[in-house]
Amino acid sequence: MLFDRPRAVNVDLQTDATLQVDISDALSERDKVKFTVHTKSTLPNFKQNEFSVVRQHEEFIWLHDSFVENEEYAGYIIPPAPPRPDFDASREKLQKLGEGEGSMTKEEFTKMKQELEAEYLAIFKKTVAMHEVFLCRVAAHPVLRKDMNFHVFLEYNQDLSVRGKNKREKMEDFFKNVVKSADGVLVAGVKDVDDFFEHEKTFLLEYHNRVKDASSKSDRMIRSHKSAADDINRIASTLYTLGTQDSTDVCKFFLKVSELFEKTRKIEARVAADEDLKLADLLKYYLRESQAAKDLLYRRGRALVDYENANKALDKARAKNKDVLQAETSQQVCCQKFEKISESAKQELIDFKTRRVAAFRKNLVELAELELKHAKGNLQLLQSCVGVLKGDT
Amino acid sequence: MAASSRRNPPPLPGAENQDPLSEMADEDSDEGEDIFVGNSNPVAEAFQPDTANGEEPADLFSEAETSTAVNSSITTSKSNGVHSDNENDLFAEVSVELSMENPSTTAKSSGAEFTPSLTRSATQPESMEQLEEEKDEDSFDMEVAVTNPEKIGDGMNAYMAYKVSTRTTLPMFRNRTFSVWRRFSDFLGLYEKLSVKHSLNGCIIPPPPEKSVVGMTKVKVGKDDSSSADFVERRRAALERYLQRVVCHPSLLQDPDVREFLERDELPRAVGTHTLSGAGFLKMINRASDAVSKMTIKISDSDAWFDNKLQEVESEELQLRKLHAVVDSLVNHRKELCGNTAVFAKSMAMLGNSEDNTALSRALSQLAEVEDKMETLHQEQAASDFFILAELLADYIRLLGAVRGCFEQRMKTWQRWQEAQSTLQKKREVEAKLLWANKPDKLQQAKEEITEWEGKVTQYERDFDRISVTVRKEFLRFEKEKSKDFKSQIVKYLESLLQSQQRHVKFWEAFLPEAKAIA
Repeated sequence: MLFDRPRAVNVDLQTDATLQVDISDALSERDKVKFTVHTKSTLPNFKQNEFSVVRQHEEFIWLHDSFVENEEYAGYIIPPAPPRPDFDASREKLQKLGEGEGSMTKEEFTKMKQELEAEYLAIFKKTVAMHEVFLCRVAAHPVLRKDMNFHVFLEYNQDLSVRGKNKREKMEDFFKNVVKSADGVLVAGVKDVDDFFEHEKTFLLEYHNRVKDASSKSDRMIRSHKSAADDINRIASTLYTLGTQDSTDVCKFFLKVSELFEKTRKIEARVAADEDLKLADLLKYYLRESQAAKDLLYRRGRALVDYENANKALDKARAKNKDVLQAETSQQVCCQKFEKISESAKQELIDFKTRRVAAFRKNLVELAELELKHAKGNLQLLQSCVGVLKGDT
Repeated sequence: MAASSRRNPPPLPGAENQDPLSEMADEDSDEGEDIFVGNSNPVAEAFQPDTANGEEPADLFSEAETSTAVNSSITTSKSNGVHSDNENDLFAEVSVELSMENPSTTAKSSGAEFTPSLTRSATQPESMEQLEEEKDEDSFDMEVAVTNPEKIGDGMNAYMAYKVSTRTTLPMFRNRTFSVWRRFSDFLGLYEKLSVKHSLNGCIIPPPPEKSVVGMTKVKVGKDDSSSADFVERRRAALERYLQRVVCHPSLLQDPDVREFLERDELPRAVGTHTLSGAGFLKMINRASDAVSKMTIKISDSDAWFDNKLQEVESEELQLRKLHAVVDSLVNHRKELCGNTAVFAKSMAMLGNSEDNTALSRALSQLAEVEDKMETLHQEQAASDFFILAELLADYIRLLGAVRGCFEQRMKTWQRWQEAQSTLQKKREVEAKLLWANKPDKLQQAKEEITEWEGKVTQYERDFDRISVTVRKEFLRFEKEKSKDFKSQIVKYLESLLQSQQRHVKFWEAFLPEAKAIA
């Protein structure tokens, strides 16, 4: 199923001719989505210059997790994994509609069905966009793009046999997270010598929480907006029924007003959809990215603690004059690790800021332009309708 | 409903060549009061003698014109009760148009008589000229408004008083502008009185707003939040529309109770309007029994018009109820949107604060402000949705109920006629039997009864014809009013949407450069 959708809206990425990745197609089956990942590359590692494979959500997660678990990438902000495709709500609504078919007129039913199908399609497009953004971020990252797993992901045209985590593994993950967050608190408590990182730590913590808040509130606001648009839809239908009962003056009036509401309703629905895309999705994305940045800081903090502990161990070993060489090596390893992470982390965080500002700018400008466009459209509709109605009487 | 309602001027003694005095006695049926009091009313004085035509009857005519319009300021307010049959017969024959026509006498000598130097009564002569052309247009000005709700008293005995202001050029009122204070039960009392008098004729009596024990209790208890303010405003607006509809109705406006309601300083407390009173219960029971009987009556009507219209009314009521439910839902969602937008705006402001890029931070704060303004827009929109649209629908759902009541009245009248006919038949059978049995004394009684019932049958048939005419007339008037009402209110609603969108545009236009300034 080919369709037209905006590319990677939430991140401002340089597309590089040496490696271009996109999702050229997607298919929604009963409870899974199949993405066609299309690659164009001039890199020598690949057998061909252009090729495609089919991947499912779990394989994306596998790729993401492999990055996270790779010690080499500890100093980078790992692009956040795309969220699982969730059509449950939409499917439930379609089902409810089917059940309530008897209680509404044929026109109403068809209209609502179209609405829900459009909603389903919108969710579908969004999930495709989010999976694509993930891949693009990886492809744009100077180090991650060279990752073996990534190349396998892009090229290997068989099933990666990455099964989803079973219950036990999920439990393990859960405990890991608990340990990590407890640890994170401890690590965060350690004051950093470096002002830059100290500032970033405070900043990111606050920022992340506020983005989380803004994201959930924007979702709620947009949902109310959609409900209001739905109501206007029903008003239009009922007015239509009233208008078709007779051919009197007032009935013709009702028909015109019904037509107007049909049109304004569509605009209102677009407004809600655009707010969703430009605002809500932006906030959601930066919620995930700021979490990834926090994770980076955590890893650095962890490395710092390890380094400091290794220092202490070395001092102790020197004092006791026992296992000094071992302690020395261990200390050096920790030192290198810490410095490596620090260096790349600094750059990553600066890049993060640049990306963030650019993305917000792009989306806010587009949001304002769309809101303006829709408001003007609405205004014009209303003006012409009121003009006609007043002229008639 | 237009505040300045158009209504027919008071019915002038219409038909041409009749004895003016008897005419007045017949035509001026609304009053039931002494018509021959032409002299002592203040308004009549405004009529200069030369407007009265040379003829004797015409004198009384012209004065009587005004006196028919004069209200009970002179007379004691006699309850005028139900119109007598004769009066209404004439009413029925004299169509609305005729009643507005000049009496032939004054028509002959019109023109010069009605000099512009006449001040207060200038409107009446004016209208006579216009009347000929625009039968439906009406140049009498009558505006009522219900304002200034005030809480009187405290605790459970407290009540809201509303100021009822009238501005009118109608000569039948004492002044041109005046106001009185009324409470909700007064409005209900007015409805009760009008119902009793007019519903039997098939008039569509506008129903008052509904009682609300919950709403009023909150107000009484002194809950000073937006919901009780909303409730009071809603009630005030509903009472205003109710009154406007009443004064719009040509026959109802004539009713002295209406005038008394508008003019009199102190009204006796309306009894029987309290929900839990004995009268209240009685009413409920009556309504229930009515409902049962209604279902069993079916008129074998050669005139399918009534059947069709009733069906239309019923289906329309259904649709309006549906529409009202959806509009209600819209109001709620908009209020929800309003709340969520406010919360989101605050959240955005917080985010803007923590953002360390200055330009972006400023832009986010601006966005928060825009969303704040959106919230105000949504709130106003929700109020529009409610006060203009939802209330319009609620009003008409109630009015359609009243229309149905009208049709039911007609059915009841028909039933009464049919029953009288069958009783007459039975009496005749009795008479026949008595003839056979040769009982002269009983026979006499039987003959008397037959005559009595013959009279009743004739009368009830006339009643039925009359009410049919009235119902038809009322229905057409109602349809016109409804059409006008819906159109004007919906246009008003759309205009409010329009204004909201204009401000929408302004707000986002202001924000766009801020967003572009992010670097």
